[in-house]
Amino acid sequence: MSNDTATEQSALPAAKGRTPLWKKLLKDPQSSIAGGVIFIIVLLGVLAPWITGHGPNTVRLESINSPFNSPGYPLGTDQYGRDIWSRLLHSINTSSITAVISTTIAIGIGSVFGLVGGYFDRLRGITEWVFALIMTFPGMLVLILLLPITGGDFRITMAIFGVMLSPGIYRIVRNQVVGVKSELYIDAARVSGVSTIRILVRHVFSAVRGPVIIAAAFMAGSAISIQAGLAFLGVGSKETPSFGAMINDGFRNLYIDPLQYIWPSLLLGIINAALVLFGNALRDAMQGAQPKPAKIGQKVDAKAGAAGQNKISTVGKPSGNEGVPFLEVTDLVIAYPRPDGSLNDVVHGVNLRIEAAETLGLVGESGSGKTQTAFAILGVLPPEAVVRSGSIRVGGRELIGMTETDLRRIRGKQIAYIPQEPMSNLDPVYTVGAQLVEGIRAATGVSARAAKERALSLLARVGIPEPIRTFGAYPHQISGGMAQRVLIAGAVASNPKLLIADEPTTALDVTVQAEILDLLRDLQEELGMAVLLVTHNFGVVADICSRISVMHGGQIVETGDVFDVFREPQHEYTQKLLNAILDETSHRKDPPVETLELAGGAKR
Amino acid sequence: MLSFALRRIGVGLVLTLVMTFITFWLLSFSFESIVSSRLGQAATPESIAAVKVQLGFDRPLMVQYGEWLWNVLHGDFGVSLFTQEPVSGAVFARLGVTLSVVLPALIISTLSAVVLGVFAASRAGAADKITQGIMLVGHFVPGLLVAIALVVVFAVNLGWLPATGFTPFSEDPGLWLASVVIPVTVLSIGGAANIASQVRGSMIDELRKDYVRTLRTRGIPTNSIILRHALRNSAGPALTVFSLEFLAMFGSALIIEQVFALPGFGTFSFNSALIGDIPVIMGLAVFGTLMTITVNLLADLGIGWLNPKARVY
Repeated sequence: MSNDTATEQSALPAAKGRTPLWKKLLKDPQSSIAGGVIFIIVLLGVLAPWITGHGPNTVRLESINSPFNSPGYPLGTDQYGRDIWSRLLHSINTSSITAVISTTIAIGIGSVFGLVGGYFDRLRGITEWVFALIMTFPGMLVLILLLPITGGDFRITMAIFGVMLSPGIYRIVRNQVVGVKSELYIDAARVSGVSTIRILVRHVFSAVRGPVIIAAAFMAGSAISIQAGLAFLGVGSKETPSFGAMINDGFRNLYIDPLQYIWPSLLLGIINAALVLFGNALRDAMQGAQPKPAKIGQKVDAKAGAAGQNKISTVGKPSGNEGVPFLEVTDLVIAYPRPDGSLNDVVHGVNLRIEAAETLGLVGESGSGKTQTAFAILGVLPPEAVVRSGSIRVGGRELIGMTETDLRRIRGKQIAYIPQEPMSNLDPVYTVGAQLVEGIRAATGVSARAAKERALSLLARVGIPEPIRTFGAYPHQISGGMAQRVLIAGAVASNPKLLIADEPTTALDVTVQAEILDLLRDLQEELGMAVLLVTHNFGVVADICSRISVMHGGQIVETGDVFDVFREPQHEYTQKLLNAILDETSHRKDPPVETLELAGGAKR
Repeated sequence: MLSFALRRIGVGLVLTLVMTFITFWLLSFSFESIVSSRLGQAATPESIAAVKVQLGFDRPLMVQYGEWLWNVLHGDFGVSLFTQEPVSGAVFARLGVTLSVVLPALIISTLSAVVLGVFAASRAGAADKITQGIMLVGHFVPGLLVAIALVVVFAVNLGWLPATGFTPFSEDPGLWLASVVIPVTVLSIGGAANIASQVRGSMIDELRKDYVRTLRTRGIPTNSIILRHALRNSAGPALTVFSLEFLAMFGSALIIEQVFALPGFGTFSFNSALIGDIPVIMGLAVFGTLMTITVNLLADLGIGWLNPKARVY
């Protein structure tokens, strides 16, 4: 895997280990309370024959409308003298059966055909057709229409309703499958010889099960509501105790005894609430903390930030800009929260300096914290990351603790960024041109027309053969190498003083890699910008960097002139890295630059 | 794109044909009871047989269906067995009532869902907790309960709004508003909750994607990233839920109209189905199928328009 950014990031949450799902659910108050409520309610329903004194349909005309807490009738009786407590508990069973029948059928039908239809393009036409047909049944009307055939039996009615719910599941699964299928890792799995069935079951299923489960919880709720609604309308057997029938009775008796209406409504509401809450908790437990929203902007530890500020005021405020490097990173500490809430440092006190118009290579293996450092300089760390302390100064200005609005003015014009994976870094729904124009206008404020001209000339400059065509193309219509050129064009669009390139060639073909490096070197000379090149490839460093910083375990272990470091590596780790490369290729007599590049390519 | 739309319309027409045939076939099981209920107390085996002949129910199923289809293709949906009212006119008269509840509800729920979903996804912490709370309440309180509660409070106790009944917009816009405000509220709450949780979920996913980070590094304003980029990218899944919600509202309208005694599509369908008014039910089946097909087609075209990569045509 060459996806350094991804592995570096995913390595962090993976460290917390895997807890079994049921343990997570028990621990989480929302799921344990909601699940407990559902369990108790279902249990009450099951035990109904033993814990009620009267049958649900036993009519006793001598004791109609008994009030709450009457002898023998804990919740009183309705206008026919039926025991409300007993009717309530027996209604639970009706709802449980309703939910089980409908959701089982909906999920079974919907997910099987969703997987098949989503994955196999040729079969999709047929499944789409069939589910469009199912969907076309006017739901409630069909349920009512079929009364003569179902005989009013709610179980058959709800089985039919399950079939009608299945297009909802089908569409969720199919959409997810089509989306997941186009993700790169499925291609990777297929290329590495994993069979289609295994791809379906493992990759796709794990991607869709969350949405299906949450949908199932809602479907159980809606099936229960629909059943109640039908019973409220008077569809179905009068012998079946049901919340709907009770609500209808209570509604008609509202002025005599409002409690008769409130009991079934309350219980129906509680069941629905518990189902939805349980579904949400289950989703969170299955998909991890991923669906948590986050405000855009970088988190800075308030205490440490203040301490950092203090340090800056004493250490780094020399008069004038003479002798001050363009970028200076001091004692940068970045941490991620552990599951228990404590912080885990991943970058421990990094120090970096980049002079104007200088190219610095930041080298290190995956997980060494180099991408985290780069993101911190740009102020785009993932939302859960915390900058614990340190200082990042660009042109003498402190970036740590700066608001997103202020950072925005520096980004684009002062610092720009070239990502590793070109495709996922372009917005798929806008044309290449629209994205370039938006960036240029945001950074420079020129007119749309001027921005378009600038974008076209940039596209030509970065070596795109047909700028006008690429300008109007969507990201999925261009190649990876082209996309990387587009991203470079976007990054240099407003003449930044510092360009941060995070493994800019890793995801590209070897021939394209060399071209992109040439382009970067030319642009660096032409625009006189400083470049921070994040890479694990010594060949790339030797090719275009003047200085090098070696990163290991979240710290910079060695910094120096490229030739010095290559000739006489000081730190043990740097020696190990260099030896690992040189050993493989020591029999060759090629000039070092080419050798290193080949070795670097092979290492991946 | 045109050929995609035409193909889908063609498939839709075939679907309508299949749907109406299935409906007709299912209805044929209850021809006997329909005739006897039409005759009421006076029904004798002889009179039932006579009426069956008179209505043509004694002929083979395919012949009857073929005749119905032939007439429909000539624009004639027949007349109600019970009221002698022409079916197409009757359906459209009721449709107006239902649409004047469903459309405002759909607009309100979509707008509030987008606001809620985007708000929750782009602000962490308390804002997200509160909006999630609102969404949950919308999810788990059945519309039927909200409807009755609102009627009890605003119509019965406070007397501000009519408990039941409907005034057409053309007659008195003020009274129309009063007559639809509770039903629209009830439908909107559930709809907004469903669409909002979808918007929130897909917004959260989008905001974590690589391209969002790259856009940030270009100095693009946060609002533009949220509204222009992330929202448009998450609008596809939301549109799917939206189209499902639109159709679901026609279903919920059935109960809501019963509670509020609105003479709409739902009430009309329910009553026609209960008495077995075959030409009306068939007309409703045609209309329901065509509406579903249209909404789905529009949703797919919309998703394709929003996301060029997901274009299915």
